[in-house]
Amino acid sequence: MTHTLLEPLKLNNPETITHLLDSMCESIKQKTKSLDKNKLVMIGIHTGGLWLAEKLHQQLAFTTPLGSLNISFYRDDFTKIGLHPEVKPSQLPIDLDDKHIILVDDVLFTGRTVRAALNEIFDYGRPASVTLAVLLDRGGRELPVYAEIVGQSMVLEAGQQIKLCGPESLQLKRNKC
Amino acid sequence: MAKNIQLDEQGNLKHFLSIEGFKRQHLMNILDAAEPFANVHAQAVKKVPILRGKTIVNLFFEASTRTRTTFELAAKRLSADVLNININASATTKGESLLDMLHNLEAMHCDMFIVRHNQSGAAHFIAQHVSPNISVINAGDGCHSHPSQAMLDMFTIRKHKTHFADLIVVIVGDILHSRVARSQIHALNTLGVTEVRVVGPKTLIPYEIESLGVHVYHDMEKALIGSDVIIMLRLQKERMQGALLPSANEYYHQYGLTEQKLSYAKPDAIVMHPGPINRGVEIASSIADGPQSVILEQVSNGIAIRMAVMTQTLGRKTGVQL
Repeated sequence: MTHTLLEPLKLNNPETITHLLDSMCESIKQKTKSLDKNKLVMIGIHTGGLWLAEKLHQQLAFTTPLGSLNISFYRDDFTKIGLHPEVKPSQLPIDLDDKHIILVDDVLFTGRTVRAALNEIFDYGRPASVTLAVLLDRGGRELPVYAEIVGQSMVLEAGQQIKLCGPESLQLKRNKC
Repeated sequence: MAKNIQLDEQGNLKHFLSIEGFKRQHLMNILDAAEPFANVHAQAVKKVPILRGKTIVNLFFEASTRTRTTFELAAKRLSADVLNININASATTKGESLLDMLHNLEAMHCDMFIVRHNQSGAAHFIAQHVSPNISVINAGDGCHSHPSQAMLDMFTIRKHKTHFADLIVVIVGDILHSRVARSQIHALNTLGVTEVRVVGPKTLIPYEIESLGVHVYHDMEKALIGSDVIIMLRLQKERMQGALLPSANEYYHQYGLTEQKLSYAKPDAIVMHPGPINRGVEIASSIADGPQSVILEQVSNGIAIRMAVMTQTLGRKTGVQL
């Protein structure tokens, strides 16, 4: 269901996230029911995507360890914005060859983060498939990127911001945390 | 206050020439930035694309294996293109001046010069004369400075010791000729260690080194008491003019790190050496290869630190040209 306004989706409310995560879990279960559990790997994108992935990984009882991806070294705007000194390392504790990857991020917007994440994943190995799962798809794509698993879709104006805040009690907020 | 030419108008790292002039936070930023680069070798493709399309020139006027190869490897792991200029075979031997050579390299649209030179101040000189879009990294100038070596040593110390504030660090040997020691002393004091001690024969300790904030010892056993980190330096025979030492044997007896001398340090003290090591001259083989030695870790960490420095200098925000 697509909302055109922010209001129907309750912001600043932890229950909203719980509800959306439940629905994402259902979709992931459906998507992966025929797959070998040992070949399923969940990877969260720093920082918001990783918070969500930690919850999904636990709720779905994935047997393989959770991976985390920091795409800073793969960004396309490095020469414009520089590098943040506190980049956390990517941790992919499992071989990615022939695995089915659930790639988790918080808000899908231009698609540039996902492009960078895919490049990094392929520097670690050759997965069998990658499925994108996002909490919120806010439209505004600049690249041909598609999320198969979406907690909620909504259309935001270009200037509007929405952000996942955490890690204690995850909440969606406008602008800043 | 004189402007620090190592920083740009926005206060970002532009050149990396010496530790002097940096505040604690600058150094901590470099150490933090190096952490994730230490993991890149774990990827199937041991590369990240962050400096793709940048050209980095290794300009080594003085022999080097470790530093040059780790700079080259660091640049390649960042996907930059690397040019190694062999100075002995270059046009400088045909009478071309250093600045003419630099201007030629600039005309080839290079982005960074990594400079090693036997004259102190060479990298500063080059940084003052290159066009504003080029970054210069000092890979060792004369007896002055070797800042990337000092930072990789700080990175290695932090991996083992967590907090700089609690540490007693001892630097042993040929302090006089050591640019590494000078950079280490500046870095350790900037990062706020408890005490830096230097120890060596009087002929190899520079006059008034106390002004850099160190305590001078000539008795190695006394210097090692209670120490957390021991940094051994190589005897730089190629730089020694005149009779500074009676003999290598005598030196080893007084200042070589042996099991017996090491027992004066804390039991969990780490032993470091910037390399190349002279076994049986400044350090016993059993210690260089022993459990307290982190000498080979220093080499691996050198790649991560150099990746961090290159990325920070080349990844500046492109500010408005004044």
